[in-house]
Amino acid sequence: MTRLRELLFPLIAVLCAFAVGALVVLFIGDSPIETYRLLLGSAFSWPDGIGYTLFFATPLIFTGLAVAVALRGGLLNIGAEGQLYIAAFATAWVGITLSNLPSALLIPLCCLAGIAAGAAWAAIPGILKARFGSHEVINTIMLNFIAVALVGYLTQYHYRTAGDPIMESAPISAAAHIPRLGQFVPGLPARIPLNAAFLLALLSCWLVYVLLWKTKWGYEIRATGQNPSAAEYGGVSIRKEIVLTMAISGALAGMVGINEVMGYRYRYYDGFSDNYGFTGIAVALLGRNHPVGVIAAALLFAVLQRGGVPVDAFTQLVSKDIVLILQALVILFVAAEAMFRRGGRGPGAGGRI
Amino acid sequence: MRSILTLSLVFSTIRLATPLVWAAIGGLYSERSGVINIALEGLMLAGAFTAAATTYYTHSPWAGLGSAMLAAAFFAFLLAIVCIRFKANEVVAGTGINILFLGLPAVLSGALFLSSGSTPQLPKDELLPEVAQLSVVSLLALLLVFVTQYVLYRTPFGLRLRSVGENPEAADAAGIRVNRLRYTGVVLSGVLAGIGGAYLSIGQSSLFTRNMTAGRGFIALAALIFGKWRPIQTMLACLLFGFADALTIQMQGVAKLPSGEDVPVQFIQMIPYVVTIVVLAGFIGHSRAPGALGVPYDKES
Repeated sequence: MTRLRELLFPLIAVLCAFAVGALVVLFIGDSPIETYRLLLGSAFSWPDGIGYTLFFATPLIFTGLAVAVALRGGLLNIGAEGQLYIAAFATAWVGITLSNLPSALLIPLCCLAGIAAGAAWAAIPGILKARFGSHEVINTIMLNFIAVALVGYLTQYHYRTAGDPIMESAPISAAAHIPRLGQFVPGLPARIPLNAAFLLALLSCWLVYVLLWKTKWGYEIRATGQNPSAAEYGGVSIRKEIVLTMAISGALAGMVGINEVMGYRYRYYDGFSDNYGFTGIAVALLGRNHPVGVIAAALLFAVLQRGGVPVDAFTQLVSKDIVLILQALVILFVAAEAMFRRGGRGPGAGGRI
Repeated sequence: MRSILTLSLVFSTIRLATPLVWAAIGGLYSERSGVINIALEGLMLAGAFTAAATTYYTHSPWAGLGSAMLAAAFFAFLLAIVCIRFKANEVVAGTGINILFLGLPAVLSGALFLSSGSTPQLPKDELLPEVAQLSVVSLLALLLVFVTQYVLYRTPFGLRLRSVGENPEAADAAGIRVNRLRYTGVVLSGVLAGIGGAYLSIGQSSLFTRNMTAGRGFIALAALIFGKWRPIQTMLACLLFGFADALTIQMQGVAKLPSGEDVPVQFIQMIPYVVTIVVLAGFIGHSRAPGALGVPYDKES
């Protein structure tokens, strides 16, 4: 019964979001049926539809996992956006600086740099909360802006090729490129940027599952998330858990850089993130903070993102920004889960500042 | 440096601080009642878009301002229902509102004005009027701060609002209707953030552009925290952040480091955010949030 409910609530939330989205489309005088046909229908063609949908899903799986792990530990990480920027830059930095190394060394080093940078950036609000009790929500928001300014500065003043009008770094060494899946999958052309990072995303889902439900570490993270005082009574150091959980969360967000820098653009491109960090919140909530749910939710949002392109091109009045509206509505309906329960009683918020 | 510190810098500071003051004082009413308002950014965008679109159709900036207040109040009310009635996580719901207003104005302006995300340019005589080089909205912002100071500390409403934010159980026991006050606080935050947004689109500039708040809602939130959830301190924080912003604009391409390089604007842009983190950590006087901030009130628990 609980398992069924776990599936039912997200489904209802999505349906409600789509219903309100249809009203918006009707209001501006276009056809909801046509809009949804384009939004949902273009993702399943082979190879372009499926290839791009999986490519778009990759960063969302990482950020969704990042937010989910933090929420399991009782923390709300709305700083994935900043963490992934810092991490992507670190990945590119290693790919540029250590360009003499062979692939066998450079690829793992680039990955590690991104993961470590994401973890470190996320550990800052963790430490601030553990040490001074300041709330991670405010600090992660502030660190998002600081991260964007910092990598913007580094790109503009230090790592841009002279004369390049675009805010992007110099290219990374070819030895740091990871293969596109088109090299292995017959029928999938290499121009579609779906790359090995997608497999890493799936692997990360499995690792997060094992970590959270099969290890002592994960048990302690979940215990802290569910009832900090009981966990502390049971011998868990809450402060350590806060920093550890944030670092794991940031490491996951940081892997977005592997997809972006090593598998797609082969350089750091300023402002590359299409709200991945914030969409990750929607992905985690809709996926009920479970790795399998995260994959499903990331796929849904990737389908919508892919469908936004034909909506822009083939409807008269609706623009692809309808996707943002649907995303927002999903977040609001999932957050207001109590709406669908008898008696309207929610699980209660955990957002003290 | 002589050429930088001029009267124009003072005016520029006040202009840039104006939307921050409206949004931050709005946030103050919500947070003092115990509801976290991460949605200031989205509510400002709601106000900015509605003001520009309404002014375009009615040719009256006052109709624009009024509709901005109504629209932002409506969405703040939705936020309040989700947070108070359905006890949603306030941060998550606020994030939802913020994302909604990245998308909704773009979709609406696409349909109404066949543009991707902006409204048509308004003629100068349809913008909010200025008095002595400052928008009336800037002058009213000052009034707002002192009215808020009075309301918060000298009226029964203010006392009740604060008590609901600090200790809802005690307030309830004293016969105060906790959730009704919280609804009021959140809706007021919408009205005021909506004015801040309207100032951006029909005061400081003459059209709405996509995501034109560019993080001002979060800077307002930062100012609220830096100002320790008190009206006058919050205004001073807004002025400080406005000053940093004005300085950034004036220094662009003008000021040089002793080494002859440009001053990287990114470091000035970081100031409000770094200051907030430092203040929250308690390095410069402790900033204490209202006691029940973010805790939904449930009569029976």
